[in-house]
Amino acid sequence: MKHDHDITAATPTLAETLAETPHESATKHVTGRADYTDDLVLPEGALHAYLGLSTVAHGRIRSMDLDAVRVAPGVIDVLTAADIPGHNDVSPVQKEDDPIFAESEVMFHGQPIFAVVAETRDQARRAAVLAKVDYEDLPLVLDPLSARDAGSFVQPGMTLRRGEPEAALAAAPRRIDGRMVIGGQDHFYLEGQIALAIPGEDDEVTIFTSTQHPTEVQHMVAHALGVPAHAVVVNVRRMGGGFGGKETQMNLFCCVAAIAAKKWHRAVKLRPDRDDDMIATGKRHDFVTDYAVGFDHQGKILAVTGDWYARCGFSADLSMAVTDRALFHADNAYFYPDVQVRSHPLRTNTVSNTAFRGFGGPQGVIVAERIIEEIAYATGQDTLAVRKANFYTHGQLTPYHQPVEDMILPQLIGELEGSCDYAARRRAVLDWNARADASGGVIRRGIALTPVKFGISFTATHFNQAGALVHIYSDGSIMLNHGGTEMGQGLHTKIVQVVAEAFNVGVEQVRITKTTTEKVPNTSATAASSGTDLNGMAALDACNQIKARLVAFLCETKDAEPGEIEFLRDHVRVRDEVIAFSKVVQTAYLARVQLSAAGFYATPKIHWNRAAGRGRPFYYFAYGAACAEVSVDTLTGEYVIERADVLHDVGRSINPAIDKGQVEGAFVQGTGWLTSEELWWDDKGRLRTHAPSTYKIPLASDRPKVFNVALADWSVNAERTIKRSKAVGEPPFMLGISVFEAIGHAVASVAGYRECPRLGAPATPERVLMAVERLRAGTAA
Amino acid sequence: MSDSVNQQQSQPIRFLLNQTEVVLTEAGPGDTVLDFLRLGRGLTGTKEGCAEGDCGACTVLVGRLHDGGLVYEPINACIRFLASCHGCHVVSIEHLRGADGGLHPVQQAMVDHHASQCGFCTPGFVMALYALWMTHPHPTVVQVETALQGNLCRCTGYEPIVKAALAAGRAGGQARDALMQERAEVTAKLRAIAGSRADVSRGDERAIVPADVDDLARVLTDHPQATIVAGATDVGLWVTKLLRPISPAVFAGHLMKDLTVEDDDIRIGAGVTYSEIAPVLADHFPEVEDYVLRIGGWQIRNAGTLGGNIANGSPIGEMPPLLIALGARIVLRRGDARREIALEDFFIDYGKQDRAQGEFVETIVIPRKGTARVAAYKVSKRANADISAVAAGFRVVVEGGVITDARVAFGGMAGTPRRAPSAEAALIGQPFAADTFEGAARAVAGDFTPLSDWRASADYRRAVAGNFFRRFWLEQSGGDMPVRLNRAVGE
Repeated sequence: MKHDHDITAATPTLAETLAETPHESATKHVTGRADYTDDLVLPEGALHAYLGLSTVAHGRIRSMDLDAVRVAPGVIDVLTAADIPGHNDVSPVQKEDDPIFAESEVMFHGQPIFAVVAETRDQARRAAVLAKVDYEDLPLVLDPLSARDAGSFVQPGMTLRRGEPEAALAAAPRRIDGRMVIGGQDHFYLEGQIALAIPGEDDEVTIFTSTQHPTEVQHMVAHALGVPAHAVVVNVRRMGGGFGGKETQMNLFCCVAAIAAKKWHRAVKLRPDRDDDMIATGKRHDFVTDYAVGFDHQGKILAVTGDWYARCGFSADLSMAVTDRALFHADNAYFYPDVQVRSHPLRTNTVSNTAFRGFGGPQGVIVAERIIEEIAYATGQDTLAVRKANFYTHGQLTPYHQPVEDMILPQLIGELEGSCDYAARRRAVLDWNARADASGGVIRRGIALTPVKFGISFTATHFNQAGALVHIYSDGSIMLNHGGTEMGQGLHTKIVQVVAEAFNVGVEQVRITKTTTEKVPNTSATAASSGTDLNGMAALDACNQIKARLVAFLCETKDAEPGEIEFLRDHVRVRDEVIAFSKVVQTAYLARVQLSAAGFYATPKIHWNRAAGRGRPFYYFAYGAACAEVSVDTLTGEYVIERADVLHDVGRSINPAIDKGQVEGAFVQGTGWLTSEELWWDDKGRLRTHAPSTYKIPLASDRPKVFNVALADWSVNAERTIKRSKAVGEPPFMLGISVFEAIGHAVASVAGYRECPRLGAPATPERVLMAVERLRAGTAA
Repeated sequence: MSDSVNQQQSQPIRFLLNQTEVVLTEAGPGDTVLDFLRLGRGLTGTKEGCAEGDCGACTVLVGRLHDGGLVYEPINACIRFLASCHGCHVVSIEHLRGADGGLHPVQQAMVDHHASQCGFCTPGFVMALYALWMTHPHPTVVQVETALQGNLCRCTGYEPIVKAALAAGRAGGQARDALMQERAEVTAKLRAIAGSRADVSRGDERAIVPADVDDLARVLTDHPQATIVAGATDVGLWVTKLLRPISPAVFAGHLMKDLTVEDDDIRIGAGVTYSEIAPVLADHFPEVEDYVLRIGGWQIRNAGTLGGNIANGSPIGEMPPLLIALGARIVLRRGDARREIALEDFFIDYGKQDRAQGEFVETIVIPRKGTARVAAYKVSKRANADISAVAAGFRVVVEGGVITDARVAFGGMAGTPRRAPSAEAALIGQPFAADTFEGAARAVAGDFTPLSDWRASADYRRAVAGNFFRRFWLEQSGGDMPVRLNRAVGE
């Protein structure tokens, strides 16, 4: 069998013609005809559920008076824990600490304690606020350090250690100890949480929802109903954004809708208002990190120790894996000769924090970059010079003992430095600030060029598997399903391209439909940037099985050798005979050749021993770098991003337009995390920034005024990934750190760059102004 | 309830929805356009993202008769009440198409530039850009950004959307556009409704849309406890977030649109929107144009009115600090009786204003600038479409190198927007010099005891309030280096 190309080969292919394929739903998006869960036509008699939330952050429920709720207009039922036929738990890690409805004790402000079922959503929502619940107040633990002092953990932390960091710190010529406060982040997916449950025969139920993890929803709903997984079907056509916020958080909504649907044998939809969505669902973890770095007089790192204290909220959720990943990225791109980093996943009376693009990695990377800043300001150097002096070289070991073997940052940074004219612009920034010093100018400038190295794979090794299902119908049209979900990242578009390319047909010949647990079982969450890597290979496996059957069939019927058969565009050539693809398919069908295949993929090479802190958790690394220049108003702390230049590594891109979109979007989202997006809890544990009126994600006018984004088109994944591409979802999120550090650079100028500005994140105008005032006054952070 | 009003009952709400004439004999005052589209008509292209007018996923166009013409503006359907669409043309994404029946140039540009990812915000962006495309065939980057201040996208980082907006302008085709072609027909249909009263109920809830301002005065005399709804950018949230009943509600956003410039004063009808006032303020007080464009997003500025901004008595207020500094007065009307008071006297205390039941703000009177030096400043976590942590207006008169008059008012520093007497005293009679403003910057700390909340700490508010005096001096005194951030993209 002769392939017209090897799809995993590091050679250019005619797929280049597919490279700018627009998003498979683009036309539907712009016309409003793309259906999200809330847009589906409801079955006759559908009901609506709404959650009743706790009004205290920690308390014992003395009594719950739901009479007023029950008699409110339109109300059919009120569900509490007693109405759950199976288990009252949606812990994704089987910790039994994540109730659907709190029973005796509420653990955070906004925790669901009951649900109203009514004829309309408005009725259910109005009824839900009529509950009278009497609480006995219990002590509050709200922040990570208080939780540490109280010894309150959701799960055991992890330690990564190599060498003798204590001795190396003691012996280092210079040492700095510091603390960094890193804020959390709300996902602010534009489409909120939503579940629609439709009851079926016997114990069956079908769920339409917006989750990144249909298989987990399937299991959670089965668990809550007390039925086998095969009774539950979960469907996801598309999400209006996920970003990790729909990896586990949709479980509860789906369970409630399913319980109500089965109880009343009517379809039930549950969609919280945006404020309730933000109050009741988890976010990016905020951390307090204490670090120490030993270094020499040239700025070479000798030893690093650090402790990452994470506010995990009231339950484990994915916090262990998130805090693990913070440690996996505590080095970012730098070799720490002797190192110890520890995670502390702490239980607090706040909403349970969860996955969010980067999954703890950004909170590791930003500390590595803080350490670089500390060294640079202490030694009077450009931060970029300190970075270059400390990059990994080939084969050096990470703190988790995986050698770094695909390091491309020196080349990537070199290119970016040149293309963005870093050196000259940095001189101009320093000149500007010198003139401001001399003339009392209030606008300062700052510039920073920061890298990212990000490990790709689920660190829970068993998640690194995927399935796909490919049918060719007898007219030659192709139906594709795989285990990944589409949340805007372009996954479906890329997989369609892979399949179209495999058969050498146009993308219009391949239809991808909703992700459903009926077609591909036992899938992993679409997370960890892994969607294309895993599902692309699984889809390709399915295609190759069918192609092999077609080739065998042609060899037999045409008396040919496999090497004489070639898949041309929309055709198959057998020696000198060129046959339309649809004709080949039709003939094969008549000859009873199976035209459907299930594909499978498991990532090779990876393994991880958490207890030992050793292994190869990552198949490969993705790299990138950004240079940001900002202006800062030292009278108010406000700032603008004058320019950002990005060069990012996606290996050999399957779809550069989609990949560039991921990079741009991640940059702006990462910048939002570190600038205007602030989660603010009051002293009663109530989140007060729970809507876009108070929680400010970036606008179009907040993006860099000049924004140059390029992909490192020379990069090829060293591993045999799909088309030698690299994952792109999460790594560029951390490019936003360049903006954060540039703001710090501008702030540092008010004290002659002699002191590390030690900005806290997010660097709101308030934090920036207060840092300016602190540096001017010469007081410590 | 008087007989005259009783006799007026059950006059339907009438408007155009895309190509269809809608007549509603039954509606509640809190019914939103968004729910009507999605639940009532199955038009699900318009999305709910936040239900508070901050994300723009629900953006639709509302066409209305104005100054004899027909203007279309993007608004937030989630907090726009159905009753306020009486006499309007509501245009949803489903109405948008190209001249050939395919994609509209704005839609095509969005596809071409890969400007949608998850796609949920996309219909809202398309509608905002459609409105921009109609009025600004060749927008600048800044105009695009300004048009998109009310639209949140979490996926793309906006770059491809801005590029699509610029490309759509280049594609042209405005003259062939459906809304242009239908203009005469739509105008005629709206004229037939214009000037009529609507009065509808559902259950015991009632919504009244007065025919004109005198009718408004009458309705409020008969229903003095009624909720007055203008742009609904605040009242909308009472309904969608607080689930608060607003019946009976009287809709006034379509009234009091007059705007006259007299020798001494500018007289602005209470129903004039931020969008309508912005160019007038830019003409007479060019220093404050960017301040006005930092209020809300485009959709909010198209809906929110000056009168509503004053009458709702927010402690921040956005416009009131500036207006108080400018020495604005307001005319309050009840029935046919009118009284004029200084705006600063209207704000009595947190949540308490000098407005009697049945009384409404009819006109805002702003003295012209003369020789005064004027400025308006605000700080917020996000530069645009964010409520101020601190806002301030300055009006300083300098004669012969001496400050002869100074009015400086702040929002976000107390329970009401109000002046800073100590700081003003530190300015008046003093030389127009750096030291004077330095003194005022210190003095203002004694004028307020601000709160700490999620928008800012008390310390930050105090620090910024002082720095606004330093900025004012720096701007007035000039110098080589800029004293403000340049938010504009060079083009």
